[in-house]
Amino acid sequence: MNLFEYVRPASVDEAVAAASEPGSAYLGAGTNLLDLMKGGVSTPDRLVDLTHLPDLDRIETLPDGSTRIGALVRNAALPRDADFARRFPAVAEALLSGASAQLRNAATLAGNLMQRTRCAYFYDTASACNKRMPGAGCDAVGGENRAHAVLGWSDHCIAVHPSDLCVALTALGAIVEIAGTAGRRDVPIADFYRLPGETPEKETALAAGEMVVAVRLPADAAAFAANQRYLKVRERTSYAFALASAAAALTIADGRIVEARVALGGVAPVPWRAVAAEAALAGAAPERAAFERAAEAAFAEARPSGDNAYKIELGRRVVARVLAMAAAGTPERLPALPASPFAEPAGVAAHV
Amino acid sequence: MNLSLTVNGEPRQIVLDDPRVTLLDLLRERMHLTGSKKGCDRGQCGACTVLVDGRRVNSCLTLAVSLDGASVTTIEGLADGDRLHPVQQAFIDHDGFQCGFCTPGQIMSAVGLILEGEAGDDPERVREAMSGNICRCGAYKGITEAVIDAAAKIASDKQRDAA
Amino acid sequence: MSSVVPMPAAQRRFGSNSGQPMTRRDGVLKVTGAATYAADNHPDGMLYAVTADATIARGRVVGLNVAAAKAHPGVVEVLTPANRPALAMDPDAKPHMFAFRTEVLQDETVRYAGQPIALVVAETLEAASEGARLLAPRYEAETPRLGFDGVESFEPEAVGVGSPPTTVKGDVEAGLAGAARTVEARFETPPQYHNAMEPHAIVAAWDGDRLTLDTPNQALVMSTAAFGAWFGVPAENVTIRSPFLGGGFGSKAIIFGAQVLTILAAKMLDRPVKYVLRRDQMFGPVGHRGATRQDFRIGLDDAGRLTALEHVTTSSTSSFENFLEPASNASHNLYATPALAARHSGVRWDVGTPGPMRAPGEASGSAALESAIDEAAFAAGLDPLEFRLRNYAEEDPASGKPFSAKALRECYAEGARRFGWADRPLAPRQMTDGAGRLVGWGMGTALFHAPMFQAKARAVLKADGTAVVETAGVDMGQGAWTALAQLAADGVGLDIDAVEFRSGHSGLPDGGIAGGSGHTATAGGALHAAGRDAIARLTELAVADERSPLFGAGNVGVEARDGRLHRADDPSRSESYGEILARAGLDAIEGTGQGARDPASAGDYAMFSHGAVFAEVKVDPELGQIRVSRLVGAFAAGRIVNPRLASSQLYGGMVWGLGFALEEEAVHDRRSGRIMNADLAGYHVPVNADVAEMDVILVDEVDPHVNPLGIKGVGEIGITGTVGAIANAVFHATGIRVRRFPILPADLLGAAGAA
Repeated sequence: MNLFEYVRPASVDEAVAAASEPGSAYLGAGTNLLDLMKGGVSTPDRLVDLTHLPDLDRIETLPDGSTRIGALVRNAALPRDADFARRFPAVAEALLSGASAQLRNAATLAGNLMQRTRCAYFYDTASACNKRMPGAGCDAVGGENRAHAVLGWSDHCIAVHPSDLCVALTALGAIVEIAGTAGRRDVPIADFYRLPGETPEKETALAAGEMVVAVRLPADAAAFAANQRYLKVRERTSYAFALASAAAALTIADGRIVEARVALGGVAPVPWRAVAAEAALAGAAPERAAFERAAEAAFAEARPSGDNAYKIELGRRVVARVLAMAAAGTPERLPALPASPFAEPAGVAAHV
Repeated sequence: MNLSLTVNGEPRQIVLDDPRVTLLDLLRERMHLTGSKKGCDRGQCGACTVLVDGRRVNSCLTLAVSLDGASVTTIEGLADGDRLHPVQQAFIDHDGFQCGFCTPGQIMSAVGLILEGEAGDDPERVREAMSGNICRCGAYKGITEAVIDAAAKIASDKQRDAA
Repeated sequence: MSSVVPMPAAQRRFGSNSGQPMTRRDGVLKVTGAATYAADNHPDGMLYAVTADATIARGRVVGLNVAAAKAHPGVVEVLTPANRPALAMDPDAKPHMFAFRTEVLQDETVRYAGQPIALVVAETLEAASEGARLLAPRYEAETPRLGFDGVESFEPEAVGVGSPPTTVKGDVEAGLAGAARTVEARFETPPQYHNAMEPHAIVAAWDGDRLTLDTPNQALVMSTAAFGAWFGVPAENVTIRSPFLGGGFGSKAIIFGAQVLTILAAKMLDRPVKYVLRRDQMFGPVGHRGATRQDFRIGLDDAGRLTALEHVTTSSTSSFENFLEPASNASHNLYATPALAARHSGVRWDVGTPGPMRAPGEASGSAALESAIDEAAFAAGLDPLEFRLRNYAEEDPASGKPFSAKALRECYAEGARRFGWADRPLAPRQMTDGAGRLVGWGMGTALFHAPMFQAKARAVLKADGTAVVETAGVDMGQGAWTALAQLAADGVGLDIDAVEFRSGHSGLPDGGIAGGSGHTATAGGALHAAGRDAIARLTELAVADERSPLFGAGNVGVEARDGRLHRADDPSRSESYGEILARAGLDAIEGTGQGARDPASAGDYAMFSHGAVFAEVKVDPELGQIRVSRLVGAFAAGRIVNPRLASSQLYGGMVWGLGFALEEEAVHDRRSGRIMNADLAGYHVPVNADVAEMDVILVDEVDPHVNPLGIKGVGEIGITGTVGAIANAVFHATGIRVRRFPILPADLLGAAGAA
């Protein structure tokens, strides 16, 4: 790890001022940043420690009915907040399916949004990576890319976004609140993340020095509480990144889907809102045929970026399944193995 | 850099000459509290688990300097003199370890889990909640049994104390 | 040794200690964080060393920015091939078969990714780490050699540690030609890495020409000579302290270059130096399980009996060493066949040298063999257990010798009963759980050698009625400090609480090597024998002393128990050890013992532990995710010294089997040769949630030949059988036979919709 200057600002304004200096990085819990610094992947000259800032660790309901989560709210705090977990169960389930209890106790909301891809070629400083060193090339192309993207990738980057939380937030149309030297602004999460295109190093809409101060779930997001789930296929039962995951949220009335929200994880460089799938579901009966049509639509544009064609079929099945699970209703208590295909107890159909 | 930390109940003033020091390296290399182990140094194994302000975290991914004002409990601070904490005793009783290297982290994680109060006596919830602590010897069966046993013991001790 | 206590080995009476399910004697130390592992040591003035490692797999280092590293605050020294002082040993020599060629900065050549190419020493760990990064090496890289296809293979002189590469009994071609049906199958297993939770570590301190090392080591006394040889000092000048190993699994038996460099740095700088591997550095210089490709040809008669079994393994090794996974040897000893051929060849990859990893050969070989046997049973239309019983070997197929003991039939029966195997439908895809998941049941036979090595021990009976019993043994988690103490206490006829057991230090009598599942038998045998020797000497004093109630009892014999000697013909006549010693004017009396196999029985019998593992898996039919919902293992391993700890060892082995079957694989980038998942996030080992219900049954077995105590090992057998059982259960659940390990969700996506 390189030597760096450690700065502990007393306010958001001080923080963004300090971080506007080139070579600065924000420090939340550090669960991803320290990992990157230990590997020499990230070598900031200055760490601006946000963890002592006041007022950023609250979960609150605003007058307009939206729910505001402060940047420093720990990942574990959301599922542990009974009111929050009741209104946004897929967010809670997604969070609990990610990382470990220790990491969730430390990692912050903003840190989760800002975490970097787990692409091994990004982490391996001896490999070419356009994210790490723009213009260097992408060794994941033609490399070990079984886990890489099938949607939204470019020839410059085929990495996937690792977050589970952000998939659920994307499905629910979260708004990211940003602070910078020029003041505050809101960005819908779908616009917050950028596809790699020719500039995979530009991952978010944040300008230099800007920081995430909160995420809001709009008032209408709570309408999906009765029918929302998160499902994540992994190569071990827990403590693994997704091969493919999906969040689904439905409103159902009179035997018809009124509105559907679907977002995908583990298959794209960003948390991927499956708009075509949502459109395919609107007005349909909540039945397998509709779920399969939606799954087809979700991956209509998918193509393998390497040795990962299987993820397209797997992704479709994840979408169809999570829709069936959401249609079956949010469980009263999150399952023992959150988001796992093994979550449902015997007797509850895992597939319809 | 000056740092106030409470470690195992004892207030400590720490002067850090290097901002890079993690909580784990501070404990092990500078305070010689070597019970917390470094298994991966990347938050992938849980051997370094300690409680910070009552929550279980990976000390290897925590920058010490950012913890100014925090309270840290390590495996060394768990027993009451010669009297083992119920989780420690349960790990012995259920043979919840073999080589012992991951054990301090397992135990601190289990203590944190029991404080969280969300797993109860459901082995599946315990397994899931303890999955951030890798045991290469494969002592998971004993670990799960120990956590459930200790949680019950702690609950009944609490009830008795309240009565 | 005296023959005053004559008892035939098979009927030897035991004291009250062994056989008891005692909890670990080191339990309190381990649960309080007080157990000291190598990296926990911190002598005054200690420096930290960190290696810089090659990021190419083949080629040369042509530049290192030593100036940048040295300029970093706190960096004290940088060792490179340019300034490395001379060593007393040639790193490319091979003085004995446990010495592996290694890298000690002898030149700029790079022969695998992760090879140490410089050592940075600094006042702090942070400075040493950054100094290593700042070296920013430059290379001339060549294309690395990896994979089985398009790589030239070679015929080895030996496989594993000194095993013959080829075994042929009978005529395989004739057996196949005459078969009613034949089964051919190819299996592949990937490179796997031990990944003990404790990364390898060493703290080296010199005092003149005397060297003290804190380092985890599976062969303490042998290693003193090996370390000393690098520095031209005799073995007796080297002390190794290794009271606790944080797991070994075979990777801590062999000295590797960075240990030598650390000791060298300590000598150069005249300060103690600590070197601890990072997790990513565990993927290269400290051994691994080589990859295998295994081809089977199996012939069956009409009744489902083998007419031929051929098992041909190609396994990977490094470019500069020859260790080859002896996987085909798994077919030597399990199934009766008139014709058996087991062969091996090797391929050279640009990787670190593989070595023994928990059940070397047997794990990979059993994974493939048990899968192939399942395929054969299916081809024969027979239940897999019935098939195995029809092919039960009454004598060792490879050697023709009788087994010293073999309770495998009982393992099959008890395991099957506990599991409920009788209800298994023959065809795959017949079972689902209530949630629509596919359910499959599979089984595998477990087998592992019951070797003995050489060990020595000393027992001292003291006048206060206690004893000190010692050997330089090794506890890497198997529970040696408890099981060996139990045997030691029985040897001296005392309750275990009256025995001080000393171990884990090279200054003690040579406890031999902890590996091959032979440590308890070997070191335990030595300890027990040392105790018996001390008792014999004490008995000589007593029976010759007319003031003793035991006077003249030499012919009828005496028995030692609870700190007293009793006449065998009249147990009421007894005397305490202390009284005997006091009258003789002695503070203590010492005995010595050895553990080694009786050469006669070694030649006459085939000696193995056996077992049967039954697995239930659930597979999501659409998503392919797999979970092992139940594992039952029944094992017969002679006398069980401590059932609690033996069960734990077996559980651990079965968890390794689960990891082998479904998770573990080091993935190389074929272009660079680097391992792209060299961490515990990418290299999956089982986590707690992977392990649902598990059951171990310890099947009674008396083995009168294996050694005087009748002890076999349990450290490795658990992984054998389990891998195949899980793979076979996956087939039974899905109808899909995956012949490449690990079996992953992507392999099972075809299970959806199939009838």
